[in-house]
Amino acid sequence: MGSRASSLLREEDIEEIKKETGFSHSQITRLYSRFHSLDKGENGALSREDFQRIPELAINPLGDRIINAFFPEGTNKKYTAREDQVNFRGFMRTLAHFRPVEDNEKNKDLTSGEPLNSRTNKLHFAFQLYDLDRDDKISRDELLQVLRMMVGVNISDEQLGSIADRTIQEADTNGDMCISFSEFTKVLEKVDVEQKMSIRFLH
Amino acid sequence: FCLTDLFVVWFTCLVVLIMLPAMFGISLGITETYMKILLKTLEWATHRIQRASRAEEILKRSASNGEPKSAERGDFTLSDVLYFSTRGIESIVEDDVTQRFTSEELVSWNLLTRTNNNFQYISLRLTVLWGVGVVVRYCILLPLRITLTAIGLSWLVIGTTMVGFLPNFRVKGWLSELVHLMCYRICARGLSATIHYHNKQNRPKRGGICVANHTSPIDVVILANDGCYAMVGQVHGGLMGVLQRAMERSCPHIWFERAEMRDRHLVTQRLRDHVNNKTKLPILIFPEGTCINNTSVMMFKKGSFEIGGTIYPVAIKYDPQFGDAFWNSSKYSMVSYLLRMMTSWAIVCNVWYLPPMTQEEGEDAVQFANRVKSTIAQQGGLVDLAWDGGLKRAKVKESFKEQQQKKYSHMVVVTGNTPTSWQKSQFLMSCTGFL
Repeated sequence: MGSRASSLLREEDIEEIKKETGFSHSQITRLYSRFHSLDKGENGALSREDFQRIPELAINPLGDRIINAFFPEGTNKKYTAREDQVNFRGFMRTLAHFRPVEDNEKNKDLTSGEPLNSRTNKLHFAFQLYDLDRDDKISRDELLQVLRMMVGVNISDEQLGSIADRTIQEADTNGDMCISFSEFTKVLEKVDVEQKMSIRFLH
Repeated sequence: FCLTDLFVVWFTCLVVLIMLPAMFGISLGITETYMKILLKTLEWATHRIQRASRAEEILKRSASNGEPKSAERGDFTLSDVLYFSTRGIESIVEDDVTQRFTSEELVSWNLLTRTNNNFQYISLRLTVLWGVGVVVRYCILLPLRITLTAIGLSWLVIGTTMVGFLPNFRVKGWLSELVHLMCYRICARGLSATIHYHNKQNRPKRGGICVANHTSPIDVVILANDGCYAMVGQVHGGLMGVLQRAMERSCPHIWFERAEMRDRHLVTQRLRDHVNNKTKLPILIFPEGTCINNTSVMMFKKGSFEIGGTIYPVAIKYDPQFGDAFWNSSKYSMVSYLLRMMTSWAIVCNVWYLPPMTQEEGEDAVQFANRVKSTIAQQGGLVDLAWDGGLKRAKVKESFKEQQQKKYSHMVVVTGNTPTSWQKSQFLMSCTGFL
């Protein structure tokens, strides 16, 4: 009389995900239920369409970029069987970035070095929302793209251009007219990233 | 005098004992006794389960995720994406809409396999109880219920056809109502439905429009057990078509051909004509347009509220402990849904008749619809959502995203009246269930 959805998830898998992401056992089974309910095709993986079926995500101006974050460049076989599908491990790995940072975790020893929800990794997640071509630089074009997504048709190209120019000017320290990850981190150093990029998963 | 004969006799007795009192609206107390035994059993089972395992954990969203910065200028900063991305991830983890199109999860198991999502093996006694439950439900209750429903529906067809032959108008109407009521009462017994009606003084009257939240096709049986309504719907073939034509013979209902339904003016006109005739029965409409899982009320389509006339809102809330009434039409066909209904423990629900409402001065159909929707949601203890139930199958409209973009643009345009950074963070934090 075991549960139906989580019986497809083996204990070894749960243990591995626990080690990699830091989620608790019950959080993982709970999120697996959610993964399963989103997986309309019932093939153990989510496609972009599955995500877009969530209305609140579909109307989010950055919805497409957020969905993109689940489908990293280059097929890492652990997380994606195909380029346009993400399996449960990949799903959890991305969600792990938004785990709150607890004090007693700062010294936790995880196999992959720094925990996925560290400040640096959270910032890196945000950085990659801008950096579409993954060249570790936010160019003026990439910044404009994101700006355009957030404002829609309501601001003219010129105004948007000047906002972009101002932002790059304020952030750029080495004069290459792009924002590198370290410049990005510097700009956001006073922002409470840990709190702003955390979701409470109760357990 | 062999065993099968005995069984048949016992079975017939039971059917008659349940059916006859039902037809005349009286109760012998069989169902009540059954419900009492059921409740005690479920309480015991719950107790055992809770003893053995911890309480269910739930995921919750975070309340807010920001504090006001110092009073800097509130125009665009690189950190703005943080708000949108966190909200996006939150909606991936749990959102308000998609959960409405699947059955509600129970807090504790009610001994039906179908609701067993996260509960593991607890004890032998519980398993035995579950096994007994399966036998009772499939071998005793199911045949009983199928028989009752078959009798009820046949009676509807025969009775309404007979009434249809009568010439006299007044007696005809009264008899027609009687036939309908009896049939629905038998059908309700066929589902082991226990219905509690509240505020009967607000019951819908002739020439009015009854609107209710929609969970399943059974809603019709639930409501028609206590009053007679004119049904509205599409013409079907097969068994449904037979029922529809039979019902039409004894009193006027409103059935539309598929092609007619696309012409909104035609639909509204026919409904209006019916409503304006004060001798005709009140119309029954479900403005959500689709089945929702009874935890929330979703957008009411404004069409029903443009007809004019008095609206009689009705709130229907099922108790999920005894049986899940929600019809997930993308997962189950009508037949398998009915089978699931008939093998549940029972259908228990509360029906509240709410005071009649009419459109006010300066209020358009959409606002009126929302007002009625809130009243129903509040009475039934349901979440009042502005999202369209049609999102079950259709994509959300682009215009909603454009709304979000517009609001954000007003915040970041570099003008003389730039909002403060704090005002902007307040707006961004409220950016979720924006409707």
